[in-house]
Amino acid sequence: MGTQALLSQSIWVPIAFGVLVLAVGDRRTTLVKWLALLGSTVTFVITLELLAGFDTHTAAMQFVERVPWIPSLNIDYHLGVDGISLWFVLLTSFLTILVVISSWTNVHRRLAQFLGAFLIMDGLMIGVFCALDAILFYFFWEATLIPMFLIIGVWGGPRRVYATIKFFLYTFLGSVLMLVALLYLHFHSGGSFNLLTFQNTPLGLAAQTWIFLAFFLAFAVKIPMWPVHTWLPDAHVEAPTAGSVILAAVMLKMGAYGFLRLSLPITPDASHHLAWLMILLSLIAIVYIALVAIVQQDMKKLVAYSSIAHMGFVTLGFFVFDATAVEGGIIQMLSHGFISAAMFLCIGVLYDRMHTRDIHAYGGVANVMPIFASFMMLFAMGNVGLPGTSGFVGEFMVVLGTYQVNPWAAIIAATGLITGAGYTLWLFKRVMFGGVIHREVAALTDLNAQEFLVLGSLAVLTLLMGVWPAPFLDIVHTSVQHLLTQVAASKIPG
Amino acid sequence: MWIFQWLHGLNPLFVYLLIPLAPLAGALIAGLLGWKLQERAHWFPILGVALSFFLSLHVLWQSTQGIGFYGNVYTWGVLGNLPVSIGFDIDSLTALMLVVVTFVSLCVHIYTIGYMHGDPGYARFFSYIALFTFSMLMLVMSNNFLQLFFGWEAVGLVSYLLIGFWFNRESANQAALKAFLVNRVGDFGFLLGIAAVYHYCGSLDYRTVFAAVPSLVGQTVEILPGHHWSVLTWIAILLFIGAMGKSAQVPLHVWLPESMEGPTPISALIHAATMVTAGIFMVARMSPIYEASTTALSVILLIGAITALSMGLIGLVQNDIKRIIAYSTLSQLGYMTAALGASAFSAAIFHLMTHAFFKALLFLAAGSVIHAMANEQDIRKMGGLRRYMPITYLTFLIGSLALAGIPPFSGFFSKDLIIEAVGLSRIPGAGWAHVFLILGVVVTALYTFRMFFLVFHGAPRMDEHTRAHLHESPWVITLPLLALSVPAVYAGWAYIGPVGLGHFLDSSLTIRPSLDTVAEISAHWQGASAFVLEGLTAWPFWLALLGIALAAYFYAWRGGVPASLSRILTPFSWILRQKYGFDAFNNGILVPLALWFGRRFWHQGDERVIDGWFVNGSAREIGRAALSWRRLQSGYIYHYAFAMIIGLVLFMSYFMIWRG
Repeated sequence: MGTQALLSQSIWVPIAFGVLVLAVGDRRTTLVKWLALLGSTVTFVITLELLAGFDTHTAAMQFVERVPWIPSLNIDYHLGVDGISLWFVLLTSFLTILVVISSWTNVHRRLAQFLGAFLIMDGLMIGVFCALDAILFYFFWEATLIPMFLIIGVWGGPRRVYATIKFFLYTFLGSVLMLVALLYLHFHSGGSFNLLTFQNTPLGLAAQTWIFLAFFLAFAVKIPMWPVHTWLPDAHVEAPTAGSVILAAVMLKMGAYGFLRLSLPITPDASHHLAWLMILLSLIAIVYIALVAIVQQDMKKLVAYSSIAHMGFVTLGFFVFDATAVEGGIIQMLSHGFISAAMFLCIGVLYDRMHTRDIHAYGGVANVMPIFASFMMLFAMGNVGLPGTSGFVGEFMVVLGTYQVNPWAAIIAATGLITGAGYTLWLFKRVMFGGVIHREVAALTDLNAQEFLVLGSLAVLTLLMGVWPAPFLDIVHTSVQHLLTQVAASKIPG
Repeated sequence: MWIFQWLHGLNPLFVYLLIPLAPLAGALIAGLLGWKLQERAHWFPILGVALSFFLSLHVLWQSTQGIGFYGNVYTWGVLGNLPVSIGFDIDSLTALMLVVVTFVSLCVHIYTIGYMHGDPGYARFFSYIALFTFSMLMLVMSNNFLQLFFGWEAVGLVSYLLIGFWFNRESANQAALKAFLVNRVGDFGFLLGIAAVYHYCGSLDYRTVFAAVPSLVGQTVEILPGHHWSVLTWIAILLFIGAMGKSAQVPLHVWLPESMEGPTPISALIHAATMVTAGIFMVARMSPIYEASTTALSVILLIGAITALSMGLIGLVQNDIKRIIAYSTLSQLGYMTAALGASAFSAAIFHLMTHAFFKALLFLAAGSVIHAMANEQDIRKMGGLRRYMPITYLTFLIGSLALAGIPPFSGFFSKDLIIEAVGLSRIPGAGWAHVFLILGVVVTALYTFRMFFLVFHGAPRMDEHTRAHLHESPWVITLPLLALSVPAVYAGWAYIGPVGLGHFLDSSLTIRPSLDTVAEISAHWQGASAFVLEGLTAWPFWLALLGIALAAYFYAWRGGVPASLSRILTPFSWILRQKYGFDAFNNGILVPLALWFGRRFWHQGDERVIDGWFVNGSAREIGRAALSWRRLQSGYIYHYAFAMIIGLVLFMSYFMIWRG
């Protein structure tokens, strides 16, 4: 691999492998498995090169590639990463490896199509985080829906049709107005589709407000924020484990990333004007959704609701415009990528053995699966935000940063400390602790090698980021500083 | 001591790092290789803790020579523009805590070999308690709020894991969950306190923060509109909410009695000697902040005094040997907290130290009793055990005398010092607090010796089978009892001067001269023996004797409270058995309310309004609209042509009329 066009490589290599896997087909499953693993690993190695070559001292876009795509419309194939997007490129490529490994033995139907979808998805999601051209961004943004739609629709649970349609319509309708806003910006900026140009385009407050709201709809649905969150629990419940992992760990981050890349720098004045709304919705997510999570009976639904509550910290952090809080929000996104992935994988481990996600069907699992119980305890503690795990870092920074600007928002957000512990540990207690409740639980076997490898690597990351978040923060820092200066400057002309 | 001299020559950071990391290594080995090591797993944690105990002695020795340390190990992360590091603040307060923590921990580790023998979770247990020791050491050695919070939450985690150690028991799981959640309520305040520190002082590093405190005096914060509170009071109270959770002060005390579901060694280590005193330590460490707010000190003083008396009273009606000691711990923590409120930080730390010794001793001795009684914990089913377990009996008596505050046992010195300091305090509420604490003395003596006489004296009340198996515990259990008895006897006498009166701790504490009650006491200090003689003529001593006498009269001599008396006391004992209704409120109102809101938000909010009205509702409406629009697509050319013409006309008129 050369050092040229690393971003293109990290987008198109997995897609090429995905197509290859599809072409090989279901007959030769062993080959398919190895090809998928190879493809995802190669992609991860490419993205690691990005990390190795990344310069933390500049906020400028790095590894930029720009070639005309549709010259007549000024649409470019324009890619680049900065400190805000780099981690998400790595998160995507890393989790794809884990997803491939975890699907090796657990998916029995149409394995080639399944793995192919995830590889293609890998490239498309990396595309979202790298695209600097509005049309290219929109293309990747919408394109990711298709594999996910198929993953839930084909490999999903009994109510998958309802869930997929709800998922697709929700997110698609949310995004349509974003396209309108991007087209408006195109005409207003003198015929460019460059997102960086958009950031410097002067805009009146009314225009900014409309654009902000159009973006808001697209991103809020994706994150999801209250009250446009109801697609997520349904989608998670019906999705296969691997689908839930990617959905929670990466796709939700695309929404939050959108706020950072588009909303804040393109419409800074509107962001300030509507910050109260964003803070309010974030706090509702933290309080209301956490209470909803407590009473769930379905493990996946519970973790899905917990995801929404955790993403509330992310959006809260973004809209108090404080460096600590914004960086905390980004770290929270990354950490949630590890922990929610791990939580869904843990539920998958149980589901593969018992074929139910109902909490009441379990009890005393720790007796028969001690290794699994130890892992899940670690991730539960990450979910709770215990210091020493990655879950703490983001929440801590968001609360600290928010307090600087708005003490009441910090006080309300900090209640998440209590409710988060409530739903996570109550879930853990009911599933893991107590005596073995029936024969099926007694017959459970502990983790196999793949599961151990997957959960183990996430455990290492969760702890590493909790004990030493400095390297993660260093990458983010300069870009966030730059973003905050952009947001602080008014773009209203005159 | 040549070995200390040699250690002194080493890089100080190496020694300090080794103190927490040795138990951590032990914990990791026992945890990861426990499946293989089985009952040999105790070697690594014990060696680790023994090493860190030894090094702690070295640090204490250094500290008496005036050698300390303040520095960072590594940068944890840059928050915004503020680098936050993991680092150590080694001063006399830390050095003292190190020795107390590692000494008790070592005793408990050795004791556990005997107590947990044969338990399937043997290695896991050792892994947890060594991990606990690591966390607690990180907490006391910290030089910044982040690491403090790390240790704070980590000890909470291990406490949760150990309370629920026997996870097949539903009651243990409930208790563990409750402990974690109640502590989290405290941490909610603690986290906000740290956020406020960060906001007003711009740092999380102790020295920087303390240096910024004088500039905050007089600044106010308006949290509730129209109410201006002193910034320092606000910070101090938020941090104290954390201490209330961890050190189990009313009303966040509810988790501690139930934590007794855990194995007895951890009741001694975590829920008596060390973790629960983290809140006391924290407030003492933050003395520059607390001294700047008389309001906060008053709140602390009153909460401490209320806890001391009210929780001691509950101890009177308990029948489970561990719960009685647990309520006694709550009560003693109340004494320490009250001392903090009276600015007698050194007295609080002194009581923390003596209490760690005699309370760990009492718990371990109780564990020895429970062990011999085949896990029976009800004192009504014991009696006459002194004949079977002489060492346990003797050590339990030492612990009881220390707890009741009889000279020359250690508890007398620390408790008397606290009562005297509170009596001298002039901050609002000190009068009431003083009365509560003095009444607490008689209550303490009464419940302690009620338990003592019921367990060891009188006629044996256990069944034949248990009685036949009664025996003194093996040496791994009695050795730690004897080891802990030594400081439980002499630590008061020997250390009241340097520790209790604060000359040793002076460099770690900041006390406003006008509030310095300990200085007043030490001004006419004539030595420990004079203190004892003075104590013999004072109220607390005679009240303690009264308590013991009452207990002896009722429980050793009469065989119980006479029916006529107990009938009069029924309403009081009912209130005490209900524990003032805190549990009823939490379980009957608070938890159901949260669940009720959760269900309402889920079913009404998400399912009915958002999904029902908007999402599926709009889908339904679109479907209905599509049905009617379908009629438009009739398939007749002239319908389409007509529609096109109408459209064209409207379009053209728009351009001609509005645009033209």
